[in-house]
Amino acid sequence: MKKLLEVKDLNISFHTFAGEVQAIRGVNFDLYEGETLAIVGESGSGKSVTTKSIMQLLPPGNSEIKAGEILFNDKDIVKASEKEMQKIRGKDISMIFQDPMTSLNPTMTIGKQIMEPLLKHRKLSKAEAKERALKLLDLVGIPKPEIRIKQYPHQFSGGMRQRVVIAIALACTPKVLIADEPTTALDVTIQGQILDLMKELQKRIETSIIFITHDLGVVANVADRVAVMYGGKIVEIGTVDEIYYNPQHPYTWGLISSMPSLDTTEEELYVIPGTPPDLLNPPKGDAFAPRNPYAMKIDLEEEPPMFKVSDTHYAATWLLHPDAPKVEPPLAVKERMDKFQEKQAGSLNGGK
Amino acid sequence: MAELEKLIEVKNLKQYFNVGKPKEVRAVDGISFDIYKGETLGLVGESGCGKSTTGRSMIRLYNATDGEVLYRGENVHGKKSGSQLKSFNRKMQMIFQDPYASLNPRMKVSDVIAEGIDIHGLAKSQKERIERVYSLLETVGLNREHANRFPHEFSGGQRQRIGIARALAVEPEFIIADEPISALDVSIQAQVVNLLKKLQKEKQLTYLFIAHDLSMVKYISDRIGVMFFGKLVELAPAEDLYRNPMHPYTQSLLSAIPIPDPDYERSRTRKTYEPSMHHYKEDDDVKMREIAPGHFVNCSEAEFKQYKTEYKPK
Repeated sequence: MKKLLEVKDLNISFHTFAGEVQAIRGVNFDLYEGETLAIVGESGSGKSVTTKSIMQLLPPGNSEIKAGEILFNDKDIVKASEKEMQKIRGKDISMIFQDPMTSLNPTMTIGKQIMEPLLKHRKLSKAEAKERALKLLDLVGIPKPEIRIKQYPHQFSGGMRQRVVIAIALACTPKVLIADEPTTALDVTIQGQILDLMKELQKRIETSIIFITHDLGVVANVADRVAVMYGGKIVEIGTVDEIYYNPQHPYTWGLISSMPSLDTTEEELYVIPGTPPDLLNPPKGDAFAPRNPYAMKIDLEEEPPMFKVSDTHYAATWLLHPDAPKVEPPLAVKERMDKFQEKQAGSLNGGK
Repeated sequence: MAELEKLIEVKNLKQYFNVGKPKEVRAVDGISFDIYKGETLGLVGESGCGKSTTGRSMIRLYNATDGEVLYRGENVHGKKSGSQLKSFNRKMQMIFQDPYASLNPRMKVSDVIAEGIDIHGLAKSQKERIERVYSLLETVGLNREHANRFPHEFSGGQRQRIGIARALAVEPEFIIADEPISALDVSIQAQVVNLLKKLQKEKQLTYLFIAHDLSMVKYISDRIGVMFFGKLVELAPAEDLYRNPMHPYTQSLLSAIPIPDPDYERSRTRKTYEPSMHHYKEDDDVKMREIAPGHFVNCSEAEFKQYKTEYKPK
């Protein structure tokens, strides 16, 4: 598979009155053609900042990319000028935002808003753009496009608005689509429809998706690969099966155990103790160590590197060091790991 | 369930807005259910189905258009003197969805929590008042130093704890939690849910838990009611509802929950629901019918027979 986007050692800081907040501290990942990469993590872990930096949408006044490269088609877009970025935004890389209520312009008809990127990037005539906009509305499943195209955002429901936002994002068939919590503000039934729509459209126009969310159920539905972020870093990355059935980082264990499944009956849900790290003064060792029941002495002193679990699976925890003691993961995780081993044994023996 | 004491009876509750105008909205259209003492009743449904309105009408934040809400046999919406209303308000409290909007930003946390204590005159002296605030803060897992801070100094999860402390301040028996965890992160959701469960056990509280996150609702609730367009379509014990969803809307709702299990997600099939799929006739008597002990479904006579044969007992 071809690499489409490469993020290398990205460091981003925000300058605030209290001091320098190191929001992103060395993030590395690749995005391949046609895949969906999900980025998960709690609020403040840096998932939105990472993707906003790809689009250069961070506030110019107080944010600073301290180091790192973002290679898109082998070109470093960190150094791109605003003018160059305007050619990329909406054409090669586009974005769907969380809240469909605020990401549309209330004073423009939705037809105009869909036609905008087509007129700017594709240099289509107005008539051509309108025809394409009608097709797009039909594609995202909005009934009666001829009538709807003349309407304003307030005449649409939340789910329908998110469909319009998707239509705008896909207008120029971008190579990369960044979806920042696109379904968080929607109902479960509508969420299901939007996820299905995104998957179907991805197949049709072969775009790669970066999907940001904190809902692990949604991730299991859409993702090919998953990156787990904590304290401005990616602590574990792997295929969706590896993250859900063979997680290695104690933070991933915590996330998985704290979610009730439909057959959870235990008296108390697992809770990750403590609070997220203060990125004004990032801790010296592993940022997760103070909340980690499996923390060792070295966790407090030195940051763990990414250890390789398999060709596609990496995790930053000292537990994977050859000298580390063997620990017993939480029960919920253990059950998943057993299933993973069964599956692997099955695929080795069965063949077909 | 016969031996359980009914705390609340909702009888044919209707809540219309813009009555008599062309824009009349029937937000809640004739629903009935009971809540037993010490249980958690979950209420689920999509946005706009009337679940929050139901909660708000029950606590008399809205004046019901029709129907009754009986609290220990006494009508909530009946005519009351000021002092009766006050003593009634003490027994029912509410926790709101948005921990950012539901705390007054200009009040100190101690005053936010003590507001109910002051109104009801529950503390005899300043010292007793602040002692109560301290103990409430500790009950919800915050510490006493937090009393002199302002809401903006807290994270979402901590604010929701303050909201819970405020609700507990007047020692209520019944708490309506209107999507208390929807605005929080997954790891924080677990903390708040654990806290609510712990408090229920310690103080024998009764909850009405309104939410759209079905896996959390199943976890916290004893019984669950499913709402669709202002009507209750199914009401059943939590386990039973998930094992035997009978109403097609419940089935479609359950089939839409994302499960953190990639294998399951790959094989998922979503069901869709159209109210027209029932093919009700003019003279069909559509009402809540009990298809198994404690399991009610809104259905017609013909559907009732069909559901009964489909129902799989444990």
